Amino acid sequence: MIPSEFEYCRAGSVEEALDLLAQKGPDAKILAGGHSLLPAMKLRLNSPGAVIDISGIGELSYIKEEGSHLVIGACTTHGDIAKSTLLSEKIPMIVEAAAEIGDVQVRNKGTIGGSLAHADPAADWPASLLAGEAEIVLASSSGERTVAAVDFFQGLFTTDLGENELITEIRLPIPDAYTKSTYVKFEQPASRFAIVGCAASITRSNGSCDKVRVAFTGVSSTPFRDQAVEQALEGQAPSDDNIEAAAEKAAMSVEVMGDHFASQEYRKHLAKVYARRALQAVLS
Amino acid sequence: MASIIGKSVKRVEDKRFLTGKGNFTDDIVLPGMTYASIVRSHHAHAKINSVDISQATAVDGVVAVFTGTDIANAEIGGVPCGWQVDFKNGDTMKEPPHPLLVADKVRFVGDAVAVVIAETAAAAQDGAELVSVDYEMLEAVVQGPDALAADAPLVHDDVPHNTCYDWELGDKTATDEAIENAEHVTKLEFVNQRLIPNAIEPRAAIGHYEEASEKYTLYTTSQNPHLIRLLLSAFVLGLPEHKVRVISPDVGGGFGSKIPHYIEEALMVWCSGQIKRPVKWTAERNESFMTDTHGRDHVTKAEMGFDADGKIEGLRVKTVANLGAYLSTFSTCVPTYLHGTLLQGLYTTPAIHIDLTAVFTNTTPVDALRGAGRPEATYLLERLLDNAAREMNVDPAELRFKNFIPPFDGVDQPGYQTQVALQYDSGNYQPVLEKALDMVDYQEFRTRQAEAREEGRLLGIGFSTYIEACGIAPSAVVGSLGARAGLYESAQVRVQPTGKVSVYVGSHSHGQGHETTFAQVVADKLGIAMEDVEIVHGDSESVAFGMGTYGSRSLAVGGSAIMKSIDKVLEKGAKIAAHKLEVAETDLEFANGQWTVKGSDQSIGFGDVALTAYVPHDYPEGLEPGMDFSSFYDPANFTYPFGAHIAVVEVDPETGKVKLERFVACDDVGNVINPMIVDGQLHGGIAHGIGQALYEGAIYDESGQLVSASFMDYTMPRADDLPMFELDRTVTPCPHNPLGVKGAGEAGTIAATPAVVNAVIDALSPFGVSDITMPLTPERVWKAMQTQTKEAAI
Repeated sequence: MIPSEFEYCRAGSVEEALDLLAQKGPDAKILAGGHSLLPAMKLRLNSPGAVIDISGIGELSYIKEEGSHLVIGACTTHGDIAKSTLLSEKIPMIVEAAAEIGDVQVRNKGTIGGSLAHADPAADWPASLLAGEAEIVLASSSGERTVAAVDFFQGLFTTDLGENELITEIRLPIPDAYTKSTYVKFEQPASRFAIVGCAASITRSNGSCDKVRVAFTGVSSTPFRDQAVEQALEGQAPSDDNIEAAAEKAAMSVEVMGDHFASQEYRKHLAKVYARRALQAVLS
Repeated sequence: MASIIGKSVKRVEDKRFLTGKGNFTDDIVLPGMTYASIVRSHHAHAKINSVDISQATAVDGVVAVFTGTDIANAEIGGVPCGWQVDFKNGDTMKEPPHPLLVADKVRFVGDAVAVVIAETAAAAQDGAELVSVDYEMLEAVVQGPDALAADAPLVHDDVPHNTCYDWELGDKTATDEAIENAEHVTKLEFVNQRLIPNAIEPRAAIGHYEEASEKYTLYTTSQNPHLIRLLLSAFVLGLPEHKVRVISPDVGGGFGSKIPHYIEEALMVWCSGQIKRPVKWTAERNESFMTDTHGRDHVTKAEMGFDADGKIEGLRVKTVANLGAYLSTFSTCVPTYLHGTLLQGLYTTPAIHIDLTAVFTNTTPVDALRGAGRPEATYLLERLLDNAAREMNVDPAELRFKNFIPPFDGVDQPGYQTQVALQYDSGNYQPVLEKALDMVDYQEFRTRQAEAREEGRLLGIGFSTYIEACGIAPSAVVGSLGARAGLYESAQVRVQPTGKVSVYVGSHSHGQGHETTFAQVVADKLGIAMEDVEIVHGDSESVAFGMGTYGSRSLAVGGSAIMKSIDKVLEKGAKIAAHKLEVAETDLEFANGQWTVKGSDQSIGFGDVALTAYVPHDYPEGLEPGMDFSSFYDPANFTYPFGAHIAVVEVDPETGKVKLERFVACDDVGNVINPMIVDGQLHGGIAHGIGQALYEGAIYDESGQLVSASFMDYTMPRADDLPMFELDRTVTPCPHNPLGVKGAGEAGTIAATPAVVNAVIDALSPFGVSDITMPLTPERVWKAMQTQTKEAAI
């Protein structure tokens, strides 16, 4: 439980962090809440030459309304997000996902940016960010770019994040007033990560489902939006039957993971059950 | 003064534990101390071609590196097994050596190959990473029954069929006949899965050789420091016992996994002697998963025969017990004398037979784990009973009432002689189940269950009425059964001149609260304040001797030793008091810490008598000064706690997830000294038992990799998985020990597991499910429903 030797650098600002990142090169790792990085280092699964600590950068911790978006600083903890009344009113699935992460201690230290950069396939965040059509802001010493969540997640522990880039912000469009959303989860009993995490966001008008966004985490090596489920319900007036029919289409287009907690077959079944539960919760 | 026996006194040890002021092995820092990291095998079975330590020794701060060859060259013996079981044909069990570091081949993932000692723990770990071992892979055998296959790889080349021993108990002919002639036979083939103990404190050991005195001190996380000293000095390192001191300071939980003598203990002592500096090793959590002895791992086929009235006629059991790669200290007695001997349960079964084979595999060694053998026996019996009730369409509670052994107090009525060697001390079984049924409101539940089923909801109730053998044990009895040690206990009561009392006990406390319970007993019997009593344990230098803490024996055996010394104190005190009060001893009575002349107000206090014993100016002629008594207590019999546990569950029909709705238990642990501590022990035990039923289980892949070697992969029960436990008790005192106590540390674990599994099976009764392999994960429960639904549809 002792990491290999590494250089520790503490960044006081985003600018400083980016400079350090450019200086230290690909052998450097960003430390925010440390809940993914430190265990990996202690088990020597990851032995970075340098660790750049950004946990003290106050300017990266915020939740605010900015025009048509709600924006979350990358160093905002899961705990702060779980307690946000602003998010709770506008996009409840974000708050629900935050509250599902780990335990109180993890939520009080772990950050949304850190979790996204780590890209654990069973992490809670991706489902609600995909369903919420979030964008992720990435900064480097050469500038800033914005990537849609759907393009950000590329595979098992793999993202679009470049070697010298830092996640600075998560941007969520404020949904239409007639939108309801939720995040439901079947958890792995030991780690309490998601075996199946399903986020659903539905905008209704005149009794029919105008816009349906359904996304999963934990099911496949890459989190995904499930368009088969979405399309099955879009334009429909919700009923038990068409909710059931839409849920039946869950996880059909992906390679489903299997492990000793949940085989492929069982995970696929759970994806359907949790898709239905999420849709029912939103449409009830 | 009101008696404090039976009062829920708060635990005196908690203040230091809760404020972070405990003194655990890893807290100890000695001058000049070095740190060890152990190079462990990543393979389950491989020949060692060579070990290259050159890069490790070159690491800055590395002091020494030792390998299996060094150990072999030093002619150090392996860690021994403490219990001999013979083959059916009389041959002695196979006892392959377990060296401190292996030189020839590795036999499980975690087997120790080399040790790197350095100035810091970090340097030791850096060095360990650079030890390069050239392995030649061998095929591994993982599951117990597979080890018996004709073409199975041999874990030890000189142990044919990987068989440590085969063993039987009971009347085979009578049992075969009973099963043959039974009106109904309930059969069950199941796995009692391997568990990993997961004490909160990882194991640790510090070896400290002092050149000047030629003394060795071992600090270790042990449940029985004196036994470790005996094994270490006499069997492993060949050191003079009086030059070896073993200290078990505060220990954070054991659950059986800290009973055995581990290689790391002997290795640290030997290494310290080599480098003439203290050496500390503290397990990392994944080392705990890999190398703390595991528990259970039985594959069993059991049959129970009934007559037309539902009376049990016979029980036939065939088990393969997986002992892992090497024999741990008490591994051999767990599946035999702590399992086969418990198959009578609470029932009058007239014919019982068990046939058991113990095998070696390429897995972590298995030893006692909370309950040790008794949970396996209870699981088998209680699962058979609930299944039989369902098959015969009899109520499971009624089936038990029909078969309970009638009450006996062990005083006016004799103890109950079982078909499997033991004689129960005292028992009254019907009331515990009656009380538990009342608590759970059984009839109301059945109504609610029927209504819920109408709505498609799956509610279930499961029963477990158990007995265990605790207070291990009469030395002569266990000696005749193969134990290589006595199982008495010692206690010294030293009254100080000011009347304060120090009590030196062989029972080690690692969570049980002895410092409180023992102090309550001493304070009560001597009529002094609890604050005036100090309980000292865990140091072979201060405590005369001890056999340690396991098998729920501390109060029944250790407490009895304390009582013997207290009697001696009071006997001597009475002589001094009589002298001071100028009366005959027979004219005195002792109460509330005072000797009083009967029928008068003349008295003398305990403190004055103590002072007189140490300042013997006006003193009885011929009486020795001082007041310090040591006693050894060897019990006349085991003790036999019992009880009834009932679980109520709801199963999610869509996901198979089990929600434990209620857990009700009525236990009888004999007299109770501290109800809060007893309830706490039951709570922890029940949580542990529920853990086995629903969550826990070691998982090895086919190549022998331990897949579940972290808390991310091995599910422990957590507070939010569990309902509030509803407890009650009856009291049937133990007739053969002075406190009338039976033991409570393992009861919950033994009882809870089958109650929960039975409840899930009951919930799934519409699907015709009769067994699900533990742990009952949501997927397994869901699959059971799918299989049965499909079959029903066909």
